[in-house]
Amino acid sequence: MSWIPQIIFAVILFLGIAYFTRNIRKIVRNIKLGKKIDRTDNPGERWKHMTRIALGQQKMVVRPVAGLMHIIVYVGFIIINIEVLEIIIDGLFGTHRIFAPLGSVYDFLIGSFEILALLVIVAVTVFWLRRNTLKLSRFWYPEMKGWPKKDADYILYFELVLMVLFLTMNGADYQLQQMGADHYVQAGAFPVSQFLAPLFDGLTEGALVIIERTAWWLHIVGILIFLNYLYYSKHLHILLAFPNTWFANLKPMGQFNNLESVTKEVKLMMDPDADPFAAPDPAEDEGEPEKFGASDVMDLNQVQLLNAYTCTECGRCTNECPASQTGKKLSPRKIMMDTRDRLEEVGKNIDSNNGEFVGDGKQLLGDYITAEELWACTSCNACVQACPVSINPLSIIMDMRRYLVMEQSAAPAELNNMMSNVENNGAPWPFNQMDRLNWKND
Amino acid sequence: MSETITVPTMAEMAAQGKSPEVLFWVGCAGSFDDRAKKITKAFVKILNKAGVDFAVLGTEESCTGDPAKRAGNEFLFQMQAVTNIEVLNAYEIKKIVTACPHCFNTIKNEYPQLGGEYEVVHHTQLLTSLLEEGRLQIEGGKFKGKRITFHDPCYLGRANNVYEAPRELIRKLDAELVEMKNCRKKGLCCGAGGAQMFKESEPGNQEVNIKRTEQALETQPDVIAAGCPFCNTMMTDGVKNKEKEGAIEVLDVAELIANAEDL
Ligand code: SF4
Ligand code: SF4
Repeated sequence: MSWIPQIIFAVILFLGIAYFTRNIRKIVRNIKLGKKIDRTDNPGERWKHMTRIALGQQKMVVRPVAGLMHIIVYVGFIIINIEVLEIIIDGLFGTHRIFAPLGSVYDFLIGSFEILALLVIVAVTVFWLRRNTLKLSRFWYPEMKGWPKKDADYILYFELVLMVLFLTMNGADYQLQQMGADHYVQAGAFPVSQFLAPLFDGLTEGALVIIERTAWWLHIVGILIFLNYLYYSKHLHILLAFPNTWFANLKPMGQFNNLESVTKEVKLMMDPDADPFAAPDPAEDEGEPEKFGASDVMDLNQVQLLNAYTCTECGRCTNECPASQTGKKLSPRKIMMDTRDRLEEVGKNIDSNNGEFVGDGKQLLGDYITAEELWACTSCNACVQACPVSINPLSIIMDMRRYLVMEQSAAPAELNNMMSNVENNGAPWPFNQMDRLNWKND
Repeated sequence: MSETITVPTMAEMAAQGKSPEVLFWVGCAGSFDDRAKKITKAFVKILNKAGVDFAVLGTEESCTGDPAKRAGNEFLFQMQAVTNIEVLNAYEIKKIVTACPHCFNTIKNEYPQLGGEYEVVHHTQLLTSLLEEGRLQIEGGKFKGKRITFHDPCYLGRANNVYEAPRELIRKLDAELVEMKNCRKKGLCCGAGGAQMFKESEPGNQEVNIKRTEQALETQPDVIAAGCPFCNTMMTDGVKNKEKEGAIEVLDVAELIANAEDL
């Protein structure tokens, strides 16, 4: 009979991991709907960038208080998860505190986990207060209504509950150890949970065991739920921040890509030897001509889609955006959230149509992101600079503008004027190119 | 003004079989916009004084294509780029200086892939190197002790990480460089980039240039210094909107130097 908990544990663990794997697969498949882009140059620089930005959280400490607390939660959370390893082994083999023989090292580990857990509880509480009572403007934009707001709070509750369970488990364990209860070896240091003793005052050994076991089970089940919650949450960034920073754009921010499809056509137009009526090279003819710019998520590249899944919805970008700051409809955070929402919609469509996307009469442009938002951007790169995980909302805005202009001729009238001036006079204003040097004699 | 500026063109130079040390890319604003033309002249005066061997393309210059590209018209951009590159390559240009961060960014970053590889510097960078080489001396002159704040152009700062060259020049004027709370990497856009210069802004509750001007005014400057003709226009309009044009000047860094020297 003593096997039963182990079997239950193995089943729960398997289900948790299997479901998580399924979700990750879905993310990878959805990202692959995007266009290929080569971001593997300069691997050395990329590893460094990832270490600095994702691991070292360099951009987070730009706001020192929030940054420090974020690092506490992050480090705390990761390190405490070493404990999960022990829990898994104990759960599968019916042992208790399998690492106890490590002696003083074990004491040190458990002791530091406890201190971190306490710090995480403090930081999470401050984060909650900041989000809900301080009314920082970036947490209250329209795109944060509904699920995104709840999501942010749920994560904080989750972390709080997990930490409290961890400390309760240890606190009860410590009492049991002191009672010399069977099975409960003397191991670990409990700098925080020892203060929970008054709560357990007068409880019988049996009751303590129940408390300890309950907290232990809830803790590990909670972690598995958390792992699977990620897919539905902005919290995915704790995993995706790493690949996302690795694949980040390392070129100067002002350098926008030159569309190769356009280069081909321009070269052809400018080449005096080219025969404009020649039959297209059959090798190059792949059916449909390539679409210029992006109107839906499949037109974006894979890094842009990875960006969308990585976005933490922190709003640092929107906070720095000159358009957002002056009341325009554009919010770079919303661009990323819309991209993710549409990508998820497309993913679900594929799931329910046996692996193939069936047109749903919707697209990213218009149904999610409006032209008004796109035209409000000054291409200033403040959003790119501000993003703590190297996301580039501007590149999506540019690709969608390209679609509006090159596929739909839908630029604002004044811009059409400007462009026809450039085309005809070589300047954005209606001046004659022959007058270009007149300033010399003015 | 005492007008004795020398502005050789590439065509003239080539006819004499000469090639200049550097090509001055004037840009559309610098060629046609009344305010920006003054910046162009100020810069030329400094080049003349320092004895820099330069030339301009004159009527052979055309828009880099930046505003078309940022508006989404990649076709028009590449047509402009390819045409310009042909001209530049025909003259075997090696080094280009420009007073416009948009031209600077486009030629430096987006032309190489299309066959145009040059060493491109912003005019503030060229001026600092002239100082270092001792070809140019700057004295405080009329800006000594004045409070000057520098507005970072997005396409110079964040886009290309040039933050120090303009500041170094301002410090050389014995002026007091006062920073806005949003400066360098965190600098706020003037509102002109991304082709916004050529259109009305979308509905909102404020114009971006007014917001930026307010930030500049917080530093209580005598001069707002700019390094971009478009920023210059935006900040000048902002100062006018705040009815401060009597007290505060908006000047390009090149103008600061030329004025200090009474060129
Ligand atoms: S680049 Fe566009 S979206 Fe990003 S901060 Fe600037 S104006 Fe806003
Ligand atoms: S794009 Fe970056 S800065 Fe903006 S909300 Fe997402 S994570 Fe935050």
